[in-house]
Amino acid sequence: MAGLVETFFNVEVMAQYAPKIIEGMGITVVLAAVVVVSGLVLGFVLAVLRALRFKVLNALIVLFADVFRAVPPLVILIVIYFALPTVGIKFSGFVSAWIGLSLVLAAFAEEVVWAGILSVPRGQWEAARATGLSFSQGMRWVILPQALRLTVAPLTSRAIVITKNTALASVVAVGEILYQAQAGYSFSYNPSPLTLGAIAYLILFIPLVWLGRWVETRFAWKR
Amino acid sequence: MNTLIDGFFNLEILRQSLPYLGQGLLMTIALCLVAIPLGFAGGLALALASTVQSRTIRWSVIVYTDLFRAFPPLVLLLFIAFGLPFIGFQPPPFIAVAIAFLLNTSSYYGEILRAGIESVPGGQHEAARSTGLSRWQSLRWVVIPQAVRNVVPDLVSNTLEVVKLTSIASVVALPELLYAARQVQSVTYNASPVIAAGLLYLLLLWPVVRLLSRFERQAVSIR
Repeated sequence: MAGLVETFFNVEVMAQYAPKIIEGMGITVVLAAVVVVSGLVLGFVLAVLRALRFKVLNALIVLFADVFRAVPPLVILIVIYFALPTVGIKFSGFVSAWIGLSLVLAAFAEEVVWAGILSVPRGQWEAARATGLSFSQGMRWVILPQALRLTVAPLTSRAIVITKNTALASVVAVGEILYQAQAGYSFSYNPSPLTLGAIAYLILFIPLVWLGRWVETRFAWKR
Repeated sequence: MNTLIDGFFNLEILRQSLPYLGQGLLMTIALCLVAIPLGFAGGLALALASTVQSRTIRWSVIVYTDLFRAFPPLVLLLFIAFGLPFIGFQPPPFIAVAIAFLLNTSSYYGEILRAGIESVPGGQHEAARSTGLSRWQSLRWVVIPQAVRNVVPDLVSNTLEVVKLTSIASVVALPELLYAARQVQSVTYNASPVIAAGLLYLLLLWPVVRLLSRFERQAVSIR
């Protein structure tokens, strides 16, 4: 038992790598924040564009949403980071992860917001236009306020899932928690940095799991 | 344009990499066939455990689910793959992946199935008991069938995530689709195999993604 503690909770090794892990936490938080913001905004914009009902544009949006929902995020990150440079497009690891994860979140968010927009009865839209509101006014003041209330729970859970996917960025050499923990593990040949990394993830994500639980009961989708 | 075709859709390289990608695809399918039933069974056990009287058991289920939903799956996988050898057990990659998937996906399936069981009105169980069914028979023949039917969209959505998640097994050198594609890429210095892998995932999962969009629309229109 003492040996186990010595191996997985080696205080010396932990003290040595703690600063790196904390640095990694900062990067995880920043990456998660920029991904959530740009992913949600892009998804929202695409859903509203889809409401314009231009045939070609809609087909492209559906194609985008299907591709980025069906292909695993890790494959997307690897294509952006390792494959695009072969045709001369090069991004840093952080930017690759940012772009890749944002596109994945945007694809899911677009579908959710679009379902929300469809859920508003047609009569609401016709009535808004009949009172003289323009497309954007009707969208802004009539449709979206009703549509978005429904989307809060699924969007929150999607956003939480994507923040956990930031761990995938370790594969494209972003110095977030998992990357630092792995580096510490291979330098010290001791799993304590991995334990420390696991603890760092719990500190960041347990509150998010609880937030998700709360939002799910507060804004339930079906009802 | 030609660089793009040479770099991403190089037919010669694709022809050479086809056998490897085929083997990878088989491994990905094998992984799904292990991970999905295992996760579902584990999830069902968790959901049933959360219906019992004992407070200790119900709280342990909550702690377990929240813990394993807070860890990014890749973190869990690396912790198991790199940590277990230190307690004298060196699992083959497939076993390490299976353990990580069981812990991670069972907690997600468990949450979904628990919500499903809660959605079945209490009167159903009472009626079943009063007709002489035992507690277990009532669960088996009355509650669970309705519970599962109520959460089919969430189950499908989670299964999609599990299939995509198998791609992280490439990080611990399990030769599934993404790993095979990256091996060929590093030998040929050409991104076509990785693009092809992405397209295979798309082909495999497109029907599922379409189905999900339909579910989402139904969820908001039957309110």
